[in-house]
Formats: sequence, C-alpha cells, structure tokens
Amino acid sequence: MATFETYDPGDYYDELIDADGHPRPGAQLLVDKIASLPPGELAIRQKAAEALLLKMGITFNVYGRDEGTEKIFPFDIIPRIVSASDWQKIESGLKQRIFALNEFIQDIYNQKRILKDKVVPEDLILTSRTYRKECEGFTPPRGVWCHVTGTDLVRDRDGRFYVLEDNLRCPSGVSYVLENRQVLKRTFPQVFEASRVRPVDDYPTKLLEMLTTLAPEHVQSPTIGVLTPGIYNSAYFEHSFLSQQMGVELVEGQDLVVSDGFVHMLTTKGLKRVDVLYRRIDDDFIDPAVFRPDSLLGVRGLVGVYKEGRIALANAPGTGIADDKVIYAYVPEIIRYYTGAEAILPNVPTYICRNDQDRAYVLAHLDQLVVKAANESGGYGMLVGPHATEAERAAFAAKITAEPRNYMAQPTISLSRVPTIVGDRIEGRHVDLRPYVLFGEEIYVQPGGLTRVALIKGSLVVNSSQGGGSKDTWVL
Amino acid sequence: MLSRVANAIYWMCRYIERAENVARFISVNLNLLLDMPSEKGKHWEPLVMITGDQELFEKNYPDYTQAAVSRFLTFDRNYPNAILTCLAAARENGRSIREIISSEMWEHLNTFYLELADNGSPDLALADPHRFFKIIQMRSHLFTGLMDSTMSHGEAWNFARIGMMIERADKTSRILDVKYFMLLPQADLVNSPIDNIQWTAVLKSASAFEMFRKEHHHITPRNVANFLIFDGQFPRSIRHCIAKAQICLHRIDGSPLGSANNTAEKRLGRLKADLEYTDIDEVIAHGMHEFLDGLQTRLNQVDAAIGSTFFNLKPLIEAATNEQ
Repeated sequence: MATFETYDPGDYYDELIDADGHPRPGAQLLVDKIASLPPGELAIRQKAAEALLLKMGITFNVYGRDEGTEKIFPFDIIPRIVSASDWQKIESGLKQRIFALNEFIQDIYNQKRILKDKVVPEDLILTSRTYRKECEGFTPPRGVWCHVTGTDLVRDRDGRFYVLEDNLRCPSGVSYVLENRQVLKRTFPQVFEASRVRPVDDYPTKLLEMLTTLAPEHVQSPTIGVLTPGIYNSAYFEHSFLSQQMGVELVEGQDLVVSDGFVHMLTTKGLKRVDVLYRRIDDDFIDPAVFRPDSLLGVRGLVGVYKEGRIALANAPGTGIADDKVIYAYVPEIIRYYTGAEAILPNVPTYICRNDQDRAYVLAHLDQLVVKAANESGGYGMLVGPHATEAERAAFAAKITAEPRNYMAQPTISLSRVPTIVGDRIEGRHVDLRPYVLFGEEIYVQPGGLTRVALIKGSLVVNSSQGGGSKDTWVL
Repeated sequence: MLSRVANAIYWMCRYIERAENVARFISVNLNLLLDMPSEKGKHWEPLVMITGDQELFEKNYPDYTQAAVSRFLTFDRNYPNAILTCLAAARENGRSIREIISSEMWEHLNTFYLELADNGSPDLALADPHRFFKIIQMRSHLFTGLMDSTMSHGEAWNFARIGMMIERADKTSRILDVKYFMLLPQADLVNSPIDNIQWTAVLKSASAFEMFRKEHHHITPRNVANFLIFDGQFPRSIRHCIAKAQICLHRIDGSPLGSANNTAEKRLGRLKADLEYTDIDEVIAHGMHEFLDGLQTRLNQVDAAIGSTFFNLKPLIEAATNEQ
C-alpha cells in the first residue's frame, strides 16, 4: 500500500498533515506507525475492522431493497486527531452555546423577552413548524430543555471551527463513537496508548446520571426507559446499545400506557410506572392525542402526564424551535443576549431568504451557495449550488421565491480533510465533527465525537444516507 | 420485564429449536438413504409430512426429490418453517431484545443467520449435506449453551427455556406421529430389517438411539414410543420437556409446583399430570395418532395461555379502562 509519501493534502486544511506535508504534532506517532506497516497490512486491518462491526451487528437497514441488505455504517480506520488546544475552544464554545440556546427556549415559551426586545423577530418563531404552542407557559425540571445535543462543526480552509447546525431534538450517532473506539483500540493499540487519547467510554454513565436527575422529586429510585420507534428505525442499534449500556429498559410506544395519571410499562407482572424517558421519537410522533393523530409510535396521553410533572422527557418537547435552520442565523445574537459575551464558536455566515436583500443575493449566487430548508435533516431538502445542475438550481430558486421563510443559504465551506483509505491508496476526504453534549446538573461535552467523512471523492455531504462514513475521533 | 420482551425471547428460542429440528429430520433422512438405496424415491415425502405443509410444497415444487425438499425445508423464504426463515425470525426477535440477551448470544445468532443466508450456502448444502445439516444442529446447541452459561437465569431466561421446551415437545411428537402412521399399517414389515432401520432412524432423529439402548434392548414400536413420550430423564422426551417447561413457568411468578396461579400454569400442570398418570399401553389402546394429535392441540393451548397471561396485556387493560 502506498503511504503518506505520495499523500497530497491539497488546497484544504488537513487534520493530520500540514501544508508542507509534515504530520501535525499530535499525529506524528500515528503517521509513523502507518508508514512502518508492511505493504497490504493497512488494508488487512481495515477489513478486520469491518468484519468486526458486521459480526457485532452494528448495521443499519437500507430501505427499498431486497431482504438481507443490511449494511455496516462505513468506517475508516485512520482516526481524526484533535489537539488539546483546539478541543479546549470547542468545549468552552459548546458549553456557552448550549447554555444560551436553553435560555432561549425557556424564554420564548414563557416571558418572550427576546422577542419583545426584538432581537429575534416574533413572526419567525410563530411560523416555525417546530414551535410547539402546547409548551407555552411550561418549565421542565430544573429549567433544562435540551438535555442531549449533537452539534455539527466544520473546519474551513483557514483552520477555524464553525458551527454548521444545532441538533437539539434526537441527535444520533453517539453509539458509533463508542463502538468505533472499541474497534480502533484493537486496530492501533500501541499508538492509541502512547498518544494519550481522552476516553469517551463514560458517556453512558453520564447520560444515566443526567436522566436520573430529571426524575420527579418524590421518586426514590426512578424507572428509566429509552423510547424507540422500533427495530425498523435506522438508529435502532443505538437505542438498544444505549439502554444496554445504561442498564435501563428499551421501550416502544406499544409497551406504554397512561393509566391513573401516570405512564406505565406493560410487563409480565402487570403495570409498572415509568419516571423518565429518554425518547428517540420526534415531537410529532410522541403523543397522538396532542401532536400527529396518525402516529402509531407514541403513547396517547404522554404529554398530559409530562405537563403534570409525573414523568420527565429528554429532550423536552419543543426544543426543535432552536433547531430551525433559519433561527440558527440568530444564534450569535442569542448568545450575546443571554450571556453578554460574543460567541466563542462562530456561525457559518448565513443569508436569510426572508430578508429581501439576502434573498436577492442568494438568487443571484445560487451557483456558489449551499441552500437549506429550515426543518429538514439527513442531507435532504438541500442544494449544493456548485455541484448542482442548471435545472436543479432553477427548481430551488422557485421554491425559495414561493416560501422564503423556509430557506437559508451559506457559502460553500471548504471542509477540512483527513487521510482516508481508498482502495490501495490514502487520499484526503472531507469531514465534519459532531460532539455530544449533555445538560444535567452541569454541561458535559464528551471529549471526542463523531467524525463523519464523505467517502465519495470531492463530495462535501457526509450524511450516511448519501455515501458518508465515519472515523474515530481522538482528542488529545 | 416488558411483555413484548418476554414474547420476543420466547419466540426467539422456539424458532431456533424449530430450525434445529428441521435440520435433524433432514440429517436422519440422509442417513436412511444410505441404508436403503432402493427406497430412494419415497424418502423425502414423509419429511414434508412431518411438518404438515404438503399443500404448500406441492403448490411450488413438482416432485418430492431430495433437492426440492431440502431447498423447501432449508432455504425457501416463502415457507414460514424453513430453517432460514426460522433463523431470520429468531434473529429479528433477538435484535429487538439485544439489550436483554448477552452479546455472545446475539453475535452467535447474527453470524449463524448471516452465514446461512449467504449466497454460497445452497451449493454447500448440496455438495456435502451431512456436514451442512450437522453444522446447523451444532450451532443451535452452541446457542443453547451460550444462553445457559452467559445469561442470568432470571425471568427472561425462563421464558426462553419454556419456548424451547414447548417447541421441542411438539417436534418430538410430530416425528413419532409420522413414523407411526407410515410404518405400522405395513404389518408384513414388522420386525423385518427395514422396520428396524426405520425405527432406529426415528430414535436417531431425536438423538435418542444410544440412550434408548441403555433403557430398552429391543427396538419395537412400543418401546420407541414409550421412550420418546414417557422417559423421565431423556432431554428430548415429551414428558421431560413438559416437566422442564413447568419448572420454568413456576419460577416466573414464584408459585410452588403443586399449585396453579394462572391459566398457563393450570393448562401446563394438567398436561404434565396426564403424562404422569398415563402409560404407553393405554396410549396404544386408544390410538397413537389420536393421542399425539391431542397432545399437539394441548401444547397450542398452553402456548395461547402463556400469551394471554404474560404477553398480551393491552387488550385486557383497554377493556378495563373502557369499563370505568
């Protein structure tokens, strides 16, 4: 196998190799190790890692194909390395951002100070599809709404990290962080040990501690469950994995009923009360009596019990409002409003299509911009201008004109790259970074996160549904 | 534990046991074939008879050839009791409770299924069928062993054991039923070498030949049936399976063996008592087929009672709330 001698970092920020072709300080051990492997050994280790993931059943379902087409989430064994100083900034930036967003959610469902002060336009909130009128006047336990967040960060050519998206509803992927780490420890044991990588394994413990603090006050030892849509959900593996690691029940909507003002599980010995649910079902589906009436996944009456304070939900219903991709543009001001400080982690510059001036610019520069719908995820509902055809751009322009509130646009970021195994070569591929943040008694940022990699040459889309894979993330 | 979880683990084990038994039937038939080459054409139909799914077979396959029957029973995804279909169902159940079972069990079941579902498997089954079906049986045993030694023997484990024991009792009764039905009418064959070979095969398909020999010296239909139905110690005899299922059932709600707290315990207890207070001569006098048929019906009733006692609380609760 060709190694780093022929590697070209290209005109991008490379996470392991600097512009002169030398390993970055934290990556020296890893690069030396890979260079020292006999020909073919790297490919053998890559295959072994994939076989291990398949054997462990860490797969996701591919819809619309024949039976048996489960796939592992593609995994590349060359890790991404984050220096201690970079991490320090990310960690403090995320803490600041999550704190402010939580204040924001509490405020807009209650006093609405930020709207009255006209920092964020009121109609923007009220027209958001993820604004939940049902949550008005409500304060969840300890005033915490967004208990689990997975914020997407990207690094541009200038080497700076930017926040690309806030995922405050049901961010997934943390199980891959934990499993990838298990596999990589076996793949590069000596380098791993010598590099003094910060551990990620206590995430389930931290998650359990956070969930325990949510329990209603009168409950001594709470019954906690992970609420999953079921085995056909693409993140089912993660739901099952987290409940196993925490030693709590994994429940589906069909396992729960509301009776006597509480939520109960149906067990072999009758009903058992549930006190805390880490729900991995979107707001829309959790309670057919309150949200979508056609939902078969949720529990009828759940939200009523929740508002009485007899069950805690993480994340709280209503957090999606801060996930709206147009409201995202206001987050730097939101941070300034609630903390009095400038955002430590900057946003990617954003054009808001409902503003006439911005919209005119966007429509004139579609070939240079990435356009996103306010409430889509998974890489859907978006246009990557430079890679789109003339017809695709025209279709998107029509959508923007018809519904300007629903779109925002950003310049194409030259995502940083990490060396990645491609056949028998190592080539640079673009990555992002999703660290996971827990908000319980205090805010905890897991030192690591999911590095998603666009495996297709030149591609900037890292979503697994669009040809993305993952890498282990080493924080030093 | 959650009703859905109990249901899933119960069915996971039933499906694995079912897959193992189908592999057993095929294995024994392959052995018979070596002993009775002249009978070649007639050997594969009874196998489908044991399953009771002749109609489905005949709709999709022209003849009872080895290739057709073995394909039907092993790889036909449209046939609900094919080995591959059973393992797929076992694995789906296992996946929905993988946080309950040990990762050893899950990984083994996952590999078991993935390798059987591999495109190369049908060729392997044709090239060396003896080895192929033996491997399936051994993998099922390995699963049982892993379950026994890597999972706590708590409520979930007890549900798993009940599923396995009820399925095994049902399959043993079917093996016996078909052979009895097939062999006995031919009075001229009684005590002939062919007869002997056939009854030996019945024993072997339940791995019972050697253990039978230690108890009984002569291979007669009566002795074979007696052993497979009533033996108290042989792990695949119907009585033994029922007794073990009963112990697990009582462990779940902690009631003593002599009493019965729910429909499932009542039905299973009655079945066990009947097996204890009946003997082989009585069964033969009343008709073997009628007895076995009745037994299968009662096993289905036990299954239904376990379902309504532990798994399907929702209709009951909804009915109860409606009344308020």
